[in-house]
Amino acid sequence: MAERKGIEVSIAMAEAASACDVDVISAYPITPQTHVVEHLSEIVADGELDAEFIPVESEHAALSACCGSAAAGARTFTATSSQGLALMHEILFIASGLRLPIVMVVANRALSAPINIWNDHSDVMTNRDCGWVQIFAENGQEAVDLVVQAFKFGEDKRVLLPVMVHFDGFVLSHMVEPIEMLSREEVKKFLPDYEPQQRLDIDNPITMGPVGVPEVYTEAKMAGESVLRNSYGPIVECLNDFGKQFGRTYKPVESYRADDAEVLLISMGGVSETAMSWVDEQREKGEKVGLVRFRLWRPLPIDDFIGAVKHAKALVVIDRHFSPGGPGGPVAQEIKHIMYNQDRRIPIVETVAGLGGRDITFADFNNMYAKGKAVAAGQTPPPFELIQVRGGHYGKI
Amino acid sequence: MSRQSGTPNWRDLAIGMAVTEPGSSKYNRTGDWRSNRPIWTYEKCVKCGVCSVFCPEGCIKMQKDGLPLADMEYCKGCGICVVECWTGCISLQEEKD
Repeated sequence: MAERKGIEVSIAMAEAASACDVDVISAYPITPQTHVVEHLSEIVADGELDAEFIPVESEHAALSACCGSAAAGARTFTATSSQGLALMHEILFIASGLRLPIVMVVANRALSAPINIWNDHSDVMTNRDCGWVQIFAENGQEAVDLVVQAFKFGEDKRVLLPVMVHFDGFVLSHMVEPIEMLSREEVKKFLPDYEPQQRLDIDNPITMGPVGVPEVYTEAKMAGESVLRNSYGPIVECLNDFGKQFGRTYKPVESYRADDAEVLLISMGGVSETAMSWVDEQREKGEKVGLVRFRLWRPLPIDDFIGAVKHAKALVVIDRHFSPGGPGGPVAQEIKHIMYNQDRRIPIVETVAGLGGRDITFADFNNMYAKGKAVAAGQTPPPFELIQVRGGHYGKI
Repeated sequence: MSRQSGTPNWRDLAIGMAVTEPGSSKYNRTGDWRSNRPIWTYEKCVKCGVCSVFCPEGCIKMQKDGLPLADMEYCKGCGICVVECWTGCISLQEEKD
Protein backbone atom coordinates (compact mmCIF):
# COMPACT_ATOMS: atom_id res chain seq x y z
CA MET A 1 0.00 0.00 0.00
CA ALA A 2 1.30 3.38 -1.01
CA GLU A 3 2.09 6.04 1.55
CA ARG A 4 -0.50 8.66 2.33
CA LYS A 5 0.58 12.23 2.03
CA GLY A 6 -0.97 15.50 3.15
CA ILE A 7 -1.97 17.32 -0.03
CA GLU A 8 -4.59 19.80 -1.20
CA VAL A 9 -7.37 17.87 -2.94
CA SER A 10 -7.25 20.02 -6.10
CA ILE A 11 -3.51 19.45 -6.44
CA ALA A 12 -4.01 15.73 -5.86
CA MET A 13 -6.63 15.62 -8.62
CA ALA A 14 -4.25 17.33 -11.03
CA GLU A 15 -1.62 14.72 -10.11
CA ALA A 16 -4.20 11.98 -10.71
CA ALA A 17 -4.98 13.33 -14.20
CA SER A 18 -1.24 13.47 -14.85
CA ALA A 19 -0.84 9.87 -13.67
CA CYS A 20 -3.46 8.94 -16.29
CA ASP A 21 -1.01 10.24 -18.90
CA VAL A 22 -3.55 12.57 -20.52
CA ASP A 23 -2.73 13.87 -24.00
CA VAL A 24 -4.65 17.14 -23.99
CA ILE A 25 -5.83 19.49 -21.25
CA SER A 26 -7.95 22.41 -22.34
CA ALA A 27 -9.24 24.51 -19.49
CA TYR A 28 -10.03 27.93 -18.13
CA PRO A 29 -9.46 28.80 -14.49
CA ILE A 30 -12.46 29.48 -12.25
CA THR A 31 -12.76 29.47 -8.48
CA PRO A 32 -12.80 27.00 -6.76
CA GLN A 33 -11.46 24.73 -9.51
CA THR A 34 -8.45 26.91 -10.43
CA HIS A 35 -5.81 24.95 -8.56
CA VAL A 36 -6.56 21.81 -10.57
CA VAL A 37 -5.71 23.31 -13.96
CA GLU A 38 -3.09 25.66 -12.55
CA HIS A 39 -1.15 22.69 -11.22
CA LEU A 40 -1.63 20.74 -14.44
CA SER A 41 -0.19 23.64 -16.43
CA GLU A 42 2.84 23.53 -14.11
CA ILE A 43 3.20 19.78 -14.57
CA VAL A 44 3.13 20.19 -18.37
CA ALA A 45 5.44 23.24 -18.34
CA ASP A 46 7.94 21.35 -16.16
CA GLY A 47 8.02 18.53 -18.69
CA GLU A 48 6.69 15.95 -16.24
CA LEU A 49 3.74 15.21 -18.52
CA ASP A 50 3.94 15.02 -22.29
CA ALA A 51 0.65 16.76 -23.08
CA GLU A 52 -0.79 19.76 -24.84
CA PHE A 53 -2.09 22.35 -22.39
CA ILE A 54 -4.45 24.68 -24.26
CA PRO A 55 -5.05 27.93 -22.36
CA VAL A 56 -8.32 29.02 -23.95
CA GLU A 57 -10.34 32.24 -23.62
CA SER A 58 -13.47 30.78 -22.02
CA GLU A 59 -15.08 27.59 -20.77
CA HIS A 60 -17.12 27.43 -23.95
CA ALA A 61 -13.85 27.28 -25.88
CA ALA A 62 -12.30 24.92 -23.32
CA LEU A 63 -14.89 22.22 -23.84
CA SER A 64 -15.03 22.87 -27.58
CA ALA A 65 -11.28 22.23 -27.83
CA CYS A 66 -11.75 19.12 -25.67
CA CYS A 67 -14.34 17.84 -28.14
CA GLY A 68 -11.90 18.36 -31.00
CA SER A 69 -9.05 16.62 -29.22
CA ALA A 70 -11.21 13.70 -28.10
CA ALA A 71 -12.59 13.38 -31.64
CA ALA A 72 -9.00 13.13 -32.86
CA GLY A 73 -8.50 10.24 -30.45
CA ALA A 74 -6.59 11.95 -27.64
CA ARG A 75 -7.12 11.29 -23.94
CA THR A 76 -8.63 14.59 -22.85
CA PHE A 77 -9.10 16.27 -19.48
CA THR A 78 -10.65 19.49 -18.29
CA ALA A 79 -12.04 21.03 -15.12
CA THR A 80 -14.51 23.74 -14.28
CA SER A 81 -17.08 25.02 -11.81
CA SER A 82 -20.36 26.92 -11.56
CA GLN A 83 -20.51 29.76 -14.14
CA GLY A 84 -17.88 27.93 -16.17
CA LEU A 85 -20.04 24.80 -16.35
CA ALA A 86 -22.99 27.01 -17.26
CA LEU A 87 -20.99 28.55 -20.09
CA MET A 88 -20.12 25.04 -21.31
CA HIS A 89 -23.80 24.12 -21.36
CA GLU A 90 -24.37 23.76 -25.10
CA ILE A 91 -21.08 21.92 -25.66
CA LEU A 92 -21.87 19.42 -22.88
CA PHE A 93 -24.63 17.94 -25.02
CA ILE A 94 -22.33 17.79 -28.05
CA ALA A 95 -19.60 15.90 -26.16
CA SER A 96 -22.07 13.21 -25.09
CA GLY A 97 -24.00 13.20 -28.38
CA LEU A 98 -20.76 12.58 -30.29
CA ARG A 99 -19.66 9.98 -27.70
CA LEU A 100 -16.40 11.68 -26.77
CA PRO A 101 -14.95 10.22 -23.54
CA ILE A 102 -13.64 13.43 -22.01
CA VAL A 103 -13.09 13.49 -18.24
CA MET A 104 -14.03 16.70 -16.47
CA VAL A 105 -13.79 17.41 -12.78
CA VAL A 106 -16.32 19.91 -11.47
CA ALA A 107 -15.68 21.73 -8.20
CA ASN A 108 -19.34 22.24 -7.34
CA ARG A 109 -20.25 25.84 -6.67
CA ALA A 110 -23.42 27.95 -6.54
CA LEU A 111 -24.68 29.88 -9.55
CA SER A 112 -25.00 33.68 -9.66
CA ALA A 113 -26.96 35.88 -8.86
CA PRO A 114 -26.14 36.81 -6.22
CA ILE A 115 -22.55 36.03 -7.13
CA ASN A 116 -21.28 33.35 -4.79
CA ILE A 117 -18.15 31.26 -5.03
CA TRP A 118 -19.08 28.70 -2.38
CA ASN A 119 -20.39 25.18 -2.56
CA ASP A 120 -23.76 23.81 -3.51
CA HIS A 121 -25.02 21.62 -6.37
CA SER A 122 -26.84 24.17 -8.54
CA ASP A 123 -24.17 23.91 -11.25
CA VAL A 124 -24.52 20.11 -11.48
CA MET A 125 -28.25 19.91 -11.24
CA THR A 126 -28.97 22.52 -13.90
CA ASN A 127 -26.85 20.39 -16.25
CA ARG A 128 -28.41 17.13 -15.16
CA ASP A 129 -29.73 16.11 -18.58
CA CYS A 130 -26.58 16.61 -20.65
CA GLY A 131 -26.01 12.87 -21.23
CA TRP A 132 -22.71 12.58 -19.33
CA VAL A 133 -21.87 9.96 -16.73
CA GLN A 134 -21.91 11.86 -13.43
CA ILE A 135 -20.28 10.59 -10.25
CA PHE A 136 -19.72 12.24 -6.86
CA ALA A 137 -16.72 12.18 -4.55
CA GLU A 138 -17.19 12.66 -0.82
CA ASN A 139 -13.56 13.19 0.20
CA GLY A 140 -10.15 13.80 -1.33
CA GLN A 141 -9.16 10.17 -1.70
CA GLU A 142 -12.36 9.39 -3.54
CA ALA A 143 -11.91 12.41 -5.80
CA VAL A 144 -8.45 11.18 -6.81
CA ASP A 145 -9.58 7.58 -7.26
CA LEU A 146 -12.64 8.56 -9.30
CA VAL A 147 -10.58 10.58 -11.81
CA VAL A 148 -8.59 7.44 -12.67
CA GLN A 149 -11.71 5.27 -12.82
CA ALA A 150 -13.57 7.86 -14.92
CA PHE A 151 -11.03 7.47 -17.73
CA LYS A 152 -11.31 3.70 -17.59
CA PHE A 153 -15.10 3.37 -17.75
CA GLY A 154 -15.57 6.45 -19.96
CA GLU A 155 -13.16 5.04 -22.57
CA ASP A 156 -14.59 1.50 -22.31
CA LYS A 157 -15.76 0.68 -25.82
CA ARG A 158 -19.17 -0.30 -24.42
CA VAL A 159 -19.48 3.21 -22.95
CA LEU A 160 -17.50 5.91 -24.84
CA LEU A 161 -19.13 8.73 -22.92
CA PRO A 162 -17.81 11.88 -21.24
CA VAL A 163 -17.65 11.73 -17.45
CA MET A 164 -18.06 14.44 -14.81
CA VAL A 165 -16.37 13.80 -11.49
CA HIS A 166 -18.06 16.08 -8.96
CA PHE A 167 -16.36 17.24 -5.79
CA ASP A 168 -17.53 20.02 -3.52
CA GLY A 169 -15.95 23.42 -4.01
CA PHE A 170 -13.75 24.64 -1.12
CA VAL A 171 -14.98 22.05 1.41
CA LEU A 172 -13.12 19.48 -0.70
CA SER A 173 -11.21 21.39 -3.36
CA HIS A 174 -9.21 23.53 -0.91
CA MET A 175 -8.80 21.01 1.91
CA VAL A 176 -5.46 19.44 2.70
CA GLU A 177 -6.23 15.78 3.30
CA PRO A 178 -4.16 12.63 3.79
CA ILE A 179 -4.34 10.98 0.38
CA GLU A 180 -2.81 7.81 -0.96
CA MET A 181 -1.46 9.01 -4.29
CA LEU A 182 -1.51 6.77 -7.34
CA SER A 183 1.75 6.46 -9.26
CA ARG A 184 1.85 6.49 -13.03
CA GLU A 185 3.09 2.87 -12.99
CA GLU A 186 0.19 1.68 -10.83
CA VAL A 187 -2.31 3.59 -12.93
CA LYS A 188 -0.84 2.13 -16.11
CA LYS A 189 -1.58 -1.35 -14.82
CA PHE A 190 -5.18 -0.37 -14.19
CA LEU A 191 -5.90 1.97 -17.09
CA PRO A 192 -5.09 0.67 -20.58
CA ASP A 193 -4.14 3.01 -23.42
CA TYR A 194 -7.15 4.69 -24.97
CA GLU A 195 -8.24 2.93 -28.14
CA PRO A 196 -10.77 5.11 -29.93
CA GLN A 197 -13.41 3.17 -31.83
CA GLN A 198 -13.62 5.93 -34.40
CA ARG A 199 -11.74 9.19 -34.80
CA LEU A 200 -11.06 12.05 -37.13
CA ASP A 201 -8.42 10.67 -39.47
CA ILE A 202 -7.63 12.08 -42.92
CA ASP A 203 -6.88 8.60 -44.25
CA ASN A 204 -10.27 7.27 -43.13
CA PRO A 205 -12.56 10.28 -43.31
CA ILE A 206 -15.82 10.33 -41.36
CA THR A 207 -18.23 13.11 -40.42
CA MET A 208 -18.91 13.64 -36.73
CA GLY A 209 -21.93 15.75 -35.84
CA PRO A 210 -24.02 15.73 -39.00
CA VAL A 211 -27.50 17.21 -38.94
CA GLY A 212 -30.07 14.94 -37.30
CA VAL A 213 -33.26 15.57 -39.22
CA PRO A 214 -36.65 14.84 -37.59
CA GLU A 215 -36.59 11.38 -39.21
CA VAL A 216 -33.46 10.36 -37.25
CA TYR A 217 -33.13 12.67 -34.20
CA THR A 218 -35.33 10.45 -32.00
CA GLU A 219 -33.24 7.39 -32.91
CA ALA A 220 -30.03 9.29 -32.12
CA LYS A 221 -31.41 10.26 -28.70
CA MET A 222 -32.48 6.65 -28.04
CA ALA A 223 -28.99 5.44 -28.93
CA GLY A 224 -27.54 7.91 -26.39
CA GLU A 225 -30.09 6.90 -23.75
CA SER A 226 -29.32 3.23 -24.29
CA VAL A 227 -25.57 3.63 -23.99
CA LEU A 228 -25.77 5.84 -20.89
CA ARG A 229 -28.25 3.56 -19.13
CA ASN A 230 -26.24 0.45 -20.05
CA SER A 231 -22.98 2.07 -18.94
CA TYR A 232 -24.01 0.96 -15.43
CA GLY A 233 -22.54 -2.52 -15.97
CA PRO A 234 -19.11 -1.44 -17.23
CA ILE A 235 -18.95 1.25 -14.53
CA VAL A 236 -19.59 -1.27 -11.74
CA GLU A 237 -17.04 -3.65 -13.31
CA CYS A 238 -14.49 -0.84 -13.30
CA LEU A 239 -15.24 0.15 -9.68
CA ASN A 240 -14.76 -3.49 -8.66
CA ASP A 241 -11.52 -3.84 -10.65
CA PHE A 242 -10.20 -0.75 -8.94
CA GLY A 243 -11.11 -2.24 -5.58
CA LYS A 244 -9.18 -5.41 -6.39
CA GLN A 245 -6.04 -3.49 -7.35
CA PHE A 246 -6.10 -0.63 -4.87
CA GLY A 247 -8.21 -1.95 -1.99
CA ARG A 248 -10.86 0.77 -2.14
CA THR A 249 -14.15 -0.33 -3.68
CA TYR A 250 -16.83 2.19 -4.54
CA LYS A 251 -20.50 1.49 -5.15
CA PRO A 252 -23.14 3.30 -7.23
CA VAL A 253 -25.19 3.75 -4.04
CA GLU A 254 -23.39 3.87 -0.70
CA SER A 255 -25.01 3.00 2.61
CA TYR A 256 -23.91 3.79 6.15
CA ARG A 257 -25.48 2.05 9.15
CA ALA A 258 -28.61 1.74 7.04
CA ASP A 259 -29.61 -1.92 7.43
CA ASP A 260 -31.96 -1.61 10.42
CA ALA A 261 -32.55 2.16 10.13
CA GLU A 262 -36.12 3.41 10.33
CA VAL A 263 -35.19 6.88 9.10
CA LEU A 264 -32.61 7.31 6.36
CA LEU A 265 -30.91 10.52 5.37
CA ILE A 266 -30.23 10.74 1.64
CA SER A 267 -27.28 12.89 0.59
CA MET A 268 -24.70 13.43 -2.14
CA GLY A 269 -21.14 14.71 -2.02
CA GLY A 270 -19.06 16.00 0.87
CA VAL A 271 -21.94 16.60 3.30
CA SER A 272 -22.18 12.81 3.58
CA GLU A 273 -19.02 12.76 5.68
CA THR A 274 -20.55 15.13 8.24
CA ALA A 275 -23.77 13.15 8.11
CA MET A 276 -21.90 9.91 8.90
CA SER A 277 -20.40 11.47 12.02
CA TRP A 278 -23.87 12.63 13.05
CA VAL A 279 -25.31 9.15 12.43
CA ASP A 280 -22.60 7.70 14.71
CA GLU A 281 -23.62 10.13 17.45
CA GLN A 282 -27.28 9.23 17.08
CA ARG A 283 -26.56 5.49 17.00
CA GLU A 284 -24.75 5.83 20.33
CA LYS A 285 -28.00 7.25 21.69
CA GLY A 286 -29.86 4.24 20.28
CA GLU A 287 -31.58 6.05 17.42
CA LYS A 288 -32.33 3.88 14.39
CA VAL A 289 -31.03 6.24 11.76
CA GLY A 290 -28.69 5.70 8.80
CA LEU A 291 -27.42 7.32 5.65
CA VAL A 292 -27.73 6.42 1.95
CA ARG A 293 -25.97 8.38 -0.82
CA PHE A 294 -26.01 8.41 -4.57
CA ARG A 295 -22.39 8.16 -5.65
CA LEU A 296 -23.42 7.57 -9.26
CA TRP A 297 -25.95 10.18 -10.35
CA ARG A 298 -26.07 9.35 -14.08
CA PRO A 299 -26.92 6.68 -14.97
CA LEU A 300 -29.28 6.78 -11.98
CA PRO A 301 -28.80 3.49 -10.07
CA ILE A 302 -32.50 2.97 -9.38
CA ASP A 303 -32.40 -0.70 -8.34
CA ASP A 304 -29.44 -0.18 -6.00
CA PHE A 305 -31.29 2.71 -4.40
CA ILE A 306 -34.48 0.74 -3.89
CA GLY A 307 -32.44 -2.10 -2.38
CA ALA A 308 -30.71 0.31 -0.01
CA VAL A 309 -33.83 2.02 1.33
CA LYS A 310 -36.58 -0.60 1.10
CA HIS A 311 -36.79 -1.31 4.83
CA ALA A 312 -36.94 2.33 5.91
CA LYS A 313 -40.08 4.00 7.26
CA ALA A 314 -39.13 7.51 6.12
CA LEU A 315 -36.50 9.16 3.94
CA VAL A 316 -35.07 12.61 4.58
CA VAL A 317 -33.56 13.96 1.37
CA ILE A 318 -30.90 16.65 1.62
CA ASP A 319 -30.87 18.53 -1.67
CA ARG A 320 -28.20 21.09 -2.45
CA HIS A 321 -30.26 22.87 -5.11
CA PHE A 322 -33.94 23.42 -5.81
CA SER A 323 -36.16 24.28 -8.73
CA PRO A 324 -37.59 27.77 -8.14
CA GLY A 325 -41.34 27.72 -8.62
CA GLY A 326 -41.13 23.96 -9.09
CA PRO A 327 -41.58 20.83 -7.04
CA GLY A 328 -38.53 21.18 -4.76
CA GLY A 329 -35.06 19.68 -4.94
CA PRO A 330 -33.93 17.54 -7.88
CA VAL A 331 -32.77 14.54 -5.86
CA ALA A 332 -36.05 14.41 -3.96
CA GLN A 333 -37.98 14.72 -7.22
CA GLU A 334 -36.18 11.73 -8.67
CA ILE A 335 -36.63 9.66 -5.53
CA LYS A 336 -40.35 10.46 -5.57
CA HIS A 337 -40.38 9.31 -9.18
CA ILE A 338 -38.74 6.04 -8.15
CA MET A 339 -41.16 5.60 -5.22
CA TYR A 340 -44.33 6.23 -7.21
CA ASN A 341 -44.32 2.78 -8.77
CA GLN A 342 -43.25 0.88 -5.65
CA ASP A 343 -45.73 -1.33 -3.78
CA ARG A 344 -44.84 0.56 -0.63
CA ARG A 345 -44.14 4.24 -1.19
CA ILE A 346 -41.77 5.33 1.54
CA PRO A 347 -42.76 8.85 2.69
CA ILE A 348 -40.20 11.53 1.97
CA VAL A 349 -39.18 14.65 3.87
CA GLU A 350 -37.65 17.09 1.39
CA THR A 351 -35.03 19.50 2.63
CA VAL A 352 -32.83 21.92 0.75
CA ALA A 353 -29.69 22.77 2.66
CA GLY A 354 -26.22 24.20 2.31
CA LEU A 355 -27.03 26.66 -0.48
CA GLY A 356 -24.13 28.89 -1.54
CA GLY A 357 -21.77 27.43 1.05
CA ARG A 358 -24.01 27.66 4.15
CA ASP A 359 -22.73 25.09 6.64
CA ILE A 360 -24.91 22.07 7.33
CA THR A 361 -24.54 21.36 11.02
CA PHE A 362 -25.47 18.62 13.47
CA ALA A 363 -28.31 20.92 14.62
CA ASP A 364 -29.68 20.85 11.07
CA PHE A 365 -29.48 17.05 10.99
CA ASN A 366 -31.31 16.95 14.36
CA ASN A 367 -34.03 19.15 12.90
CA MET A 368 -34.32 17.05 9.74
CA TYR A 369 -34.34 13.84 11.74
CA ALA A 370 -37.14 15.09 14.01
CA LYS A 371 -39.29 15.62 10.91
CA GLY A 372 -38.28 12.23 9.52
CA LYS A 373 -39.24 10.52 12.80
CA ALA A 374 -42.62 12.25 12.86
CA VAL A 375 -43.28 11.12 9.28
CA ALA A 376 -42.10 7.58 10.07
CA ALA A 377 -44.68 7.60 12.89
CA GLY A 378 -47.43 8.44 10.45
CA GLN A 379 -47.46 12.23 10.13
CA THR A 380 -48.02 13.66 6.62
CA PRO A 381 -44.72 14.81 5.09
CA PRO A 382 -44.34 18.61 5.08
CA PRO A 383 -43.67 20.56 1.83
CA PHE A 384 -40.02 21.03 0.95
CA GLU A 385 -38.13 23.39 3.19
CA LEU A 386 -35.08 25.60 2.83
CA ILE A 387 -33.17 24.69 5.96
CA GLN A 388 -31.94 27.60 8.12
CA VAL A 389 -33.73 30.26 6.05
CA ARG A 390 -34.35 33.35 8.17
CA GLY A 391 -37.93 34.63 8.03
CA GLY A 392 -39.39 31.15 7.68
CA HIS A 393 -40.24 29.10 4.68
CA TYR A 394 -43.64 29.71 3.15
CA GLY A 395 -44.30 26.00 3.06
CA LYS A 396 -43.19 25.37 6.64
CA ILE A 397 -45.75 23.64 8.81
CA MET B 1 -25.56 6.33 -41.69
CA SER B 2 -26.44 7.41 -45.17
CA ARG B 3 -29.47 8.01 -47.28
CA GLN B 4 -28.91 4.60 -48.84
CA SER B 5 -29.85 2.90 -45.59
CA GLY B 6 -33.23 4.64 -45.57
CA THR B 7 -34.63 5.33 -42.09
CA PRO B 8 -32.41 3.31 -39.75
CA ASN B 9 -33.47 2.18 -36.29
CA TRP B 10 -31.35 3.44 -33.40
CA ARG B 11 -29.33 0.25 -33.11
CA ASP B 12 -28.02 0.70 -36.66
CA LEU B 13 -26.60 4.19 -36.10
CA ALA B 14 -22.81 4.55 -36.02
CA ILE B 15 -21.24 5.73 -32.73
CA GLY B 16 -22.46 9.27 -32.06
CA MET B 17 -24.41 9.12 -35.36
CA ALA B 18 -21.18 9.65 -37.30
CA VAL B 19 -21.36 9.47 -41.08
CA THR B 20 -18.82 6.79 -41.94
CA GLU B 21 -19.10 6.91 -45.73
CA PRO B 22 -17.10 9.79 -47.26
CA GLY B 23 -18.93 11.81 -49.90
CA SER B 24 -22.32 10.45 -48.91
CA SER B 25 -23.83 13.95 -48.80
CA LYS B 26 -24.41 13.52 -52.53
CA TYR B 27 -27.27 11.15 -51.64
CA ASN B 28 -29.12 14.17 -50.30
CA ARG B 29 -30.60 15.60 -53.50
CA THR B 30 -31.26 19.15 -52.43
CA GLY B 31 -32.89 20.18 -55.71
CA ASP B 32 -36.32 19.58 -54.22
CA TRP B 33 -35.77 22.52 -51.84
CA ARG B 34 -35.97 24.84 -54.86
CA SER B 35 -38.84 27.25 -55.37
CA ASN B 36 -37.11 29.28 -58.13
CA ARG B 37 -35.18 27.93 -61.10
CA PRO B 38 -32.27 29.75 -62.81
CA ILE B 39 -32.67 30.04 -66.58
CA TRP B 40 -29.65 30.87 -68.79
CA THR B 41 -29.91 32.92 -71.97
CA TYR B 42 -26.80 31.45 -73.60
CA GLU B 43 -26.85 34.10 -76.40
CA LYS B 44 -25.75 36.73 -73.84
CA CYS B 45 -23.30 34.41 -71.97
CA VAL B 46 -19.58 35.25 -72.36
CA LYS B 47 -18.46 31.94 -70.73
CA CYS B 48 -16.64 33.78 -67.91
CA GLY B 49 -17.54 31.15 -65.25
CA VAL B 50 -18.52 33.64 -62.51
CA CYS B 51 -21.80 31.75 -61.89
CA SER B 52 -19.89 28.50 -61.42
CA VAL B 53 -17.41 30.08 -58.99
CA PHE B 54 -20.08 31.73 -56.84
CA CYS B 55 -22.55 28.82 -56.73
CA PRO B 56 -22.52 27.81 -53.01
CA GLU B 57 -23.75 24.34 -53.93
CA GLY B 58 -20.98 23.80 -56.50
CA CYS B 59 -23.56 22.48 -58.89
CA ILE B 60 -22.78 24.68 -61.94
CA LYS B 61 -20.26 22.99 -64.24
CA MET B 62 -18.57 24.64 -67.21
CA GLN B 63 -19.10 22.33 -70.18
CA LYS B 64 -16.67 21.52 -72.98
CA ASP B 65 -18.15 24.26 -75.18
CA GLY B 66 -17.52 26.77 -72.35
CA LEU B 67 -21.17 27.26 -71.41
CA PRO B 68 -22.33 26.73 -67.82
CA LEU B 69 -24.87 24.06 -66.88
CA ALA B 70 -26.51 23.70 -63.45
CA ASP B 71 -27.27 20.23 -62.06
CA MET B 72 -30.91 20.66 -61.11
CA GLU B 73 -30.78 17.62 -58.77
CA TYR B 74 -28.76 19.83 -56.40
CA CYS B 75 -29.55 23.48 -57.37
CA LYS B 76 -31.51 25.02 -54.44
CA GLY B 77 -32.56 28.03 -56.49
CA CYS B 78 -30.82 30.51 -54.21
CA GLY B 79 -30.30 33.00 -57.05
CA ILE B 80 -26.71 33.93 -56.21
CA CYS B 81 -25.69 33.13 -59.81
CA VAL B 82 -28.36 35.57 -61.02
CA VAL B 83 -26.98 38.37 -58.86
CA GLU B 84 -23.33 37.67 -59.69
CA CYS B 85 -23.71 37.29 -63.48
CA TRP B 86 -22.54 40.63 -64.84
CA THR B 87 -23.95 40.07 -68.32
CA GLY B 88 -27.45 39.55 -66.93
CA CYS B 89 -27.90 36.31 -68.83
CA ILE B 90 -29.47 34.36 -65.90
CA SER B 91 -33.00 34.93 -64.64
CA LEU B 92 -35.09 33.23 -61.95
CA GLN B 93 -38.32 31.56 -62.87
CA GLU B 94 -40.80 30.31 -60.30
CA GLU B 95 -41.13 26.52 -60.14
CA LYS B 96 -44.72 25.68 -61.00
CA ASP B 97 -45.02 22.19 -59.46
